[in-house]
Parts: sequence; structure tokens; C-alpha cells
Amino acid sequence: MEPIIRVENLTHTYGENTPFCRSAVKDVSMEIRRGEFLGIIGHTGSGKSTLIQHLNGLLKPTSGKIWLGDRDVWAEPKKIREVRFRVGLVFQYPEYQLFEETAYKDIAFGPRNMGLDEKEIDRRVRTSAAFAGLGEELLEKSPFDLSGGQKRRVAIAGVIAMEPEVLILDEPSAGLDPAGRKGLLENIQAYHKEKGTTVVMVSHSMDEVAENVDRIVVLANAGVVMSGTPHEVFSRAQELIDVGLNVPQVTQVAMELVRQGVDIDPAVYTVDDLRRSLSALKGGRA
Amino acid sequence: MLKDITLGQFFPGNSLAHKLDPRTKILLTVLYIVALFCAKWFVSYAVVAALLVTGVKVSGVAPKALVRGLKPILFIICFTAVLNLFYTPGEEIAAFWIFKITKEGIATAFFMVLRITMLIMGTFLLTYTTSPIALTDGLETLLGPLKKIRVPVHELSMIMSIALRMIPTLIEETDKIMSAQKARGADFETGSLFQRAKALVPILVPLFISAFRRADELAVAMECRCYHGDSGRTKLHVLHYQTRDYLVLAAYAVVLAGVLALARFGL
Amino acid sequence: MSDIIKTENLTFSYPPDEGKEPVQALRGVDLTIEQGSFVVILGHNGSGKSTLAKHMNAVLLPEGGRVWVSGMDTSDEALLLEIRRRVGMVFQNPDNQIVANVVEEDVAFGPENLGVPTEEIQKRVAAALKAVGMEEFTLHAPHHLSGGQKQRVAIAGIIAMEPACIVLDEATAMLDPLGRREVLDTVKRLNCEKGITIVLITHHMDEAAMSGRVVVMNDGKVVMDGTPEEVLVRVEELRAIGLAAPHTVELLHGLRQDGFDVPLNALGIKACADAIAGSLRK
Repeated sequence: MEPIIRVENLTHTYGENTPFCRSAVKDVSMEIRRGEFLGIIGHTGSGKSTLIQHLNGLLKPTSGKIWLGDRDVWAEPKKIREVRFRVGLVFQYPEYQLFEETAYKDIAFGPRNMGLDEKEIDRRVRTSAAFAGLGEELLEKSPFDLSGGQKRRVAIAGVIAMEPEVLILDEPSAGLDPAGRKGLLENIQAYHKEKGTTVVMVSHSMDEVAENVDRIVVLANAGVVMSGTPHEVFSRAQELIDVGLNVPQVTQVAMELVRQGVDIDPAVYTVDDLRRSLSALKGGRA
Repeated sequence: MLKDITLGQFFPGNSLAHKLDPRTKILLTVLYIVALFCAKWFVSYAVVAALLVTGVKVSGVAPKALVRGLKPILFIICFTAVLNLFYTPGEEIAAFWIFKITKEGIATAFFMVLRITMLIMGTFLLTYTTSPIALTDGLETLLGPLKKIRVPVHELSMIMSIALRMIPTLIEETDKIMSAQKARGADFETGSLFQRAKALVPILVPLFISAFRRADELAVAMECRCYHGDSGRTKLHVLHYQTRDYLVLAAYAVVLAGVLALARFGL
Repeated sequence: MSDIIKTENLTFSYPPDEGKEPVQALRGVDLTIEQGSFVVILGHNGSGKSTLAKHMNAVLLPEGGRVWVSGMDTSDEALLLEIRRRVGMVFQNPDNQIVANVVEEDVAFGPENLGVPTEEIQKRVAAALKAVGMEEFTLHAPHHLSGGQKQRVAIAGIIAMEPACIVLDEATAMLDPLGRREVLDTVKRLNCEKGITIVLITHHMDEAAMSGRVVVMNDGKVVMDGTPEEVLVRVEELRAIGLAAPHTVELLHGLRQDGFDVPLNALGIKACADAIAGSLRK
């Protein structure tokens, strides 16, 4: 698959020329492929927030380049807003950015900034609200009267409404309860499938990433340490643990089973996969 | 960008300037300002400047940090300079159109700039070497007698210390909200003044809501930790004047007297 | 053992928004928490678990029924300070509960309010910071700390009041895995070494597995109550109220349907793997 975003030797240093100078991202090269669901994992301070804020031109690289399609994102700094419309970024706890009187108006903020006409804005608000799992009846409510989970969905809809080519979500499920988490991830997954939009999800929950994405990039100490399919990444589970990340519980169980001499592939990461391989093993013996 | 604001920042350290009682430092700063405003001519300014330099040397604060602190008020400094330069009556040395520069104007502008710069640097030296807690503690104790006339000194100092505590948090939050709105195409940099003011709404509304939420939660958290105002409250650190405080204050008083004397002779 | 917290037919509703029905958050909760225990209260958002927590140190007062802390009725205003000294509360957002600009000053805030003599405060602050492993940050500014560190400072601030019980009201919800681990290890240690009762409100199932007792709330009522091994294995019931069993239990549950002879209550990684390996050997 062709890359939609290419990161080339990206370095970002905060507080240059001060005693607090620190490189949050150091010489990172990676790509995001058109139409994929990519997971970026890394612990706090691994540089993932800094990295994703480069992908939509919120931060300017200290050195290195970001390519969006065949265009250098910072070739024309005046047109940086276009980049932000093409690469939608949903921040962590996005519900804290809501400000309008109604959910509808809040979702319309992005499309309105794009200069679309009312009819198109209306269409986008309604379709994106549906993708985010918001009922029509909530649109005329004040966002501040909604529940925490609904607020978050309004915020996500507000970015989806720009119909970006790439949708980046930073910890979309943080702080939600299990049912809220599951529901939200299903909505994101459905959006990805139906629209074919490239989706990038940043998370520190291994379980969540493992169950949802096509490919994983692992960040640690300001650089990329691993990338590949979940299977490839979790087959190197020990390395993940070594850089301070935890691996899904299921993978840990599988690793322990292998250690005890059970003949299965330890690089599993969903309950169903491990269940299937264990049942197959038992069936094969019987 | 917002994170670069150094206003009221504290650099921990172990110098004499750090160790002095905050009340001493507040008094010193007040005396310093008095001296600065009494200074008349190069000689007295030089003495006050010597005080500042000694303070900086003793504190170990990098002079660069002090200069950086001036950035936000650069505009005010320039404005004052220009105003004084052109509008001080006196012996004219140059003129064009409606502007004329006088000898006195140059002198006043120069000393005004010097005064503001030194004023800011001096107060920054206080905040750089005194933790906000010590500062509010010092103020609370110094102003303590006002409690007798029902001035809510404790409450004011609590408000001040909480404000100081929340400033970095809210700055960070503002940064985050700005980024989030920019990600949705908000534009804070172009357009007419009215458009730019309007563009602030998506930042200010969430910021205020968040500030209120934080205030509410903080109030509950404080209640949970048995906060019930000033009555029966003790302190982790009780302020005690040490010998060094008296010595420094005495030395300062002498210098101040010197400046006053010099100023009297127009030096 | 004596009870630290006891609620009797506790009901509570939040004042309604204009023109709406009041929301009943608690509908008759009877719960007894023993001194020295480690209890996890689980429930989805809106199940009433946080409302219950806020009754444990008189942040909220019962609408109906009663709450006692070490035998003291929380609605008795004269006992308020003593109740709050005994039951400390850690909240969700680490930034909104730290009062002071310096770690040690923040830890001292509680004892200062209680009028503890200066020398004694200094001892307590040092001991409390040591107990949460934050002694090297004594003079740091809280806003430079990580989420997990801030929560540990908040815990130290409570320990300095010498409490009998700490209630953590979703105190791990905003933390990353590392921060969560720090906080959990800290409270676990305080529970074991100092015998401080811990009440942990959460929706993370794996946190429940490390406790001594799990209480599940739904719709303002206690619906399950027992050891983790008893409660966390009720896969279908948990799912029905918006929770999920730990993945280990989900796996064992699935394997049993496939004819494996495994117990459900092997919650830990090792225990789970042992059980599966054992059944494969048969």
C-alpha cells in the first residue's frame, strides 16, 4: 500500500537553548499507509503526543520532514490549515474543548472553518454524529448537559465532520468504563470500515490496540523501536516488556504456557485467538 | 509558546538570598524600590545598581534569566522611553515635524528606562529566590496586624497561593485547548481585530468551564483535608528572623540612607 | 474486627436540573467495611459508586438512611473534622487536589488544618513521603510530576493526617499503566504494612483482582459482594451490567465451553496458565 503520510528523520526539541532543552522525538522515520488502521503505542514521555502533533502541522519539526501524499507539509506554512483539515486530530480528553451552545454547532465548528456552505455543513454534522454514535435528539442539546461519554463523542464527531483523509485519535477511550470503551471503539472501527479512512489510534492500552489495529508502531525513548502487524510485534513481547510496556494479558498467559512446554504460538493477543489455538491443540490430541 | 512565560517563577537554590527570611526579602525589595525612586543621577543610580548586582551575584540567579523576564514588558519600556524622549520640555537639540528632542528628554528617557528595568529585575530577583509559598507566608505574616481591623489576610494569602499553584496548570490547559481548536481549523493569527477577538471564544469558554470545574473539585479536596479557615491552623514552616536577616537589613538601611543623601545633592 | 465504615439503607439523589426528575444515585445501600480490609468497588459510570464513596467521609450526607465512620454518624456536624481525618479521599484528577506549590507543603496541608504542632508536622510529612516513596521529591513543584507521582503526593497528604482509611475515588482512571501500577503498589503496601483500610473505586477489572473483597454496584445498589474469585468469574452477569471479566477469566470461560476442564477462578496470569497446562496434561 502507498503511504499517505511519511515521516522522514523527524526530530523535535522543546525549549531549545534553555536548560530544559529536551528532544521529545529524535530522528524518527515512519509511514502511515493509505486506508490502514494503525496503532501507535508507547508509555508517557515516549514522544507519541509530539509525533502526532507533527502529522497535522500543529508542531513544526526542529529538523526532518513530514510528507502528506507527495506534499511537504511545511512547504507553504501559510497553507498549514489545509493540512489540518486533511489530517484530523482528536486530542486526549477532547470533551474539554467543547464550547458551543449546542452539540450541533460544536460539531459544525470544523466544517465552518473550512468555509463550506450551510447545506454541506448540515450534511456533515449529521453523518459524523451518526458515525460517532450520537442520536439526532442530542444534537440540539447543550454539550455541557451531556454525559462524559456523549461529550467525547461530540468532540470526535467534530473532527470527523471535516472528513479528513487521516483520522488520528489520542487515547480515545481514556477514562471511559468498559462498556463505554467497547462502544466507542466499535464506532471507530465501523467508521474506518465504511469510509475507508486511514485511522491512527494512539494508546497505552495494549489490549485495546491489539484487538483493533492492522499494524502497530512502538515508540520508546523518543524513537521508533518496533513496527509491524500485531502478530509480529507481540512475537517480540519480551522486548516490549523491556522498554517498559506491558503486553496484553492473553499474550502473557500464552508466553507462560509456552514456558511450561505447551506447543502454541505465543504471539496471540485476543482471547478468541488463544482459545482457538488451545482448542485446536486439544482437538488434535484427542 | 505560553510555556515560556517566566513571570513569578521560582528557581530553587541554596544561596544566602534563598535562605533569607521571606519577610526580610520583601522589606528589602520595598526598600530597593524606594531607593530606586529616590535616585536622581548617575551616582545614586550606580549605588542602587550595585545593590542589584550584589543581589544577583549572591543569589546565583543567571543574569540571562533576569533579562528574559523583561521581554513581556519590552513594549511598556519602549513606550515610556519614546514618550519621555519627545514630550519633556527643555533645551531643544533636534526637531522634525511636530516632534522635538530635548536634552532633558534624553536624560529623562534614559533614567526612566533604567528605573523600570531595574524595578522589574529587582522584583524578579525576589520571586526567583523565594518560593511562592514563602512569599505568601511572608506577606501574610507582615500583614498579620491588619487582621485586627478585619482584613482577611489569611484568606487573601490562601487565594494567592492557590492562584500561583493553578497558573502552570491553566497555562498548560490553554495550550492544549488552543492546539485542539487549531486542529479543527481555528485561526488566531489572521483577520480583523474583531475576528481575532471572536476567535478567542473557543478558547475562553472551555478554559473558564475547566477553571470552574477545577475550583469546585479543589474546594472539595480541601474540605476533605479538614480545611476550615484560619482558626487553630498551624504551619509546617514557621518564619524566624535569623541574625543574617538583621545584618542584611541593617546594611541595606545604610545604603538606602546613602542614596537619599546622594539624591539630595542631585547626584 | 471492628467496622470502619457502615452504611444502612443509604439513599441519595442529586438535585435535579430545572424541569427534570431528580436522579436517584443510591437506592438503599447496606455495606459494612472492616477495619484493615482492601475493598474494591466496581461499577460502570453512573452506577452510583462515586456517590457512595463521597458518603464515606461526609462530602455528601445521606438523604435517607445513615452512614457511620468508626461508629460516628456522618450527619453529626460536630464530628466532621474527626471523620474526615479518619477517612481520607483521593480523587480522579491529580491536578485538582494538590493545594500547594511545593510537595512538602501540600503534604503538610492536612496536619496544618488539624492544628498539629510544627515539629510533629515535619516528622509526619517526612514519614508520609517516605511511605509513598516520594521522599526525593520533597521540595519539587507538583506540576512537574507525573500523574502517578501526583496521586502518590495526594496519598501522602492523607497519610500525614494519620487516617484509618483511604478512599480512592477513581484515582487511577486518568493515569497511564505505569502511574496506575505506582498508585496500586503504594496503597497495597499501606494496607499490608500499616493496616490502613483501602477502598478503591474503579472500573478496571484487573485492579479488582488484587483486592480482598469486590463489591459491584449497579443502578444505585450493591449487586455482588464477595472475594475476587467469587465475583469476577460471573462473566455473563458482569457483562450484563456493562463490566467485563478479566481476560484470564474470559479465556477460561471460553475454554470450558470447548470442553476444557479448567476452573474459572484462576485470575492471575500464572494461575491461569497453570490451570490450562494442567488440563492439557490430563
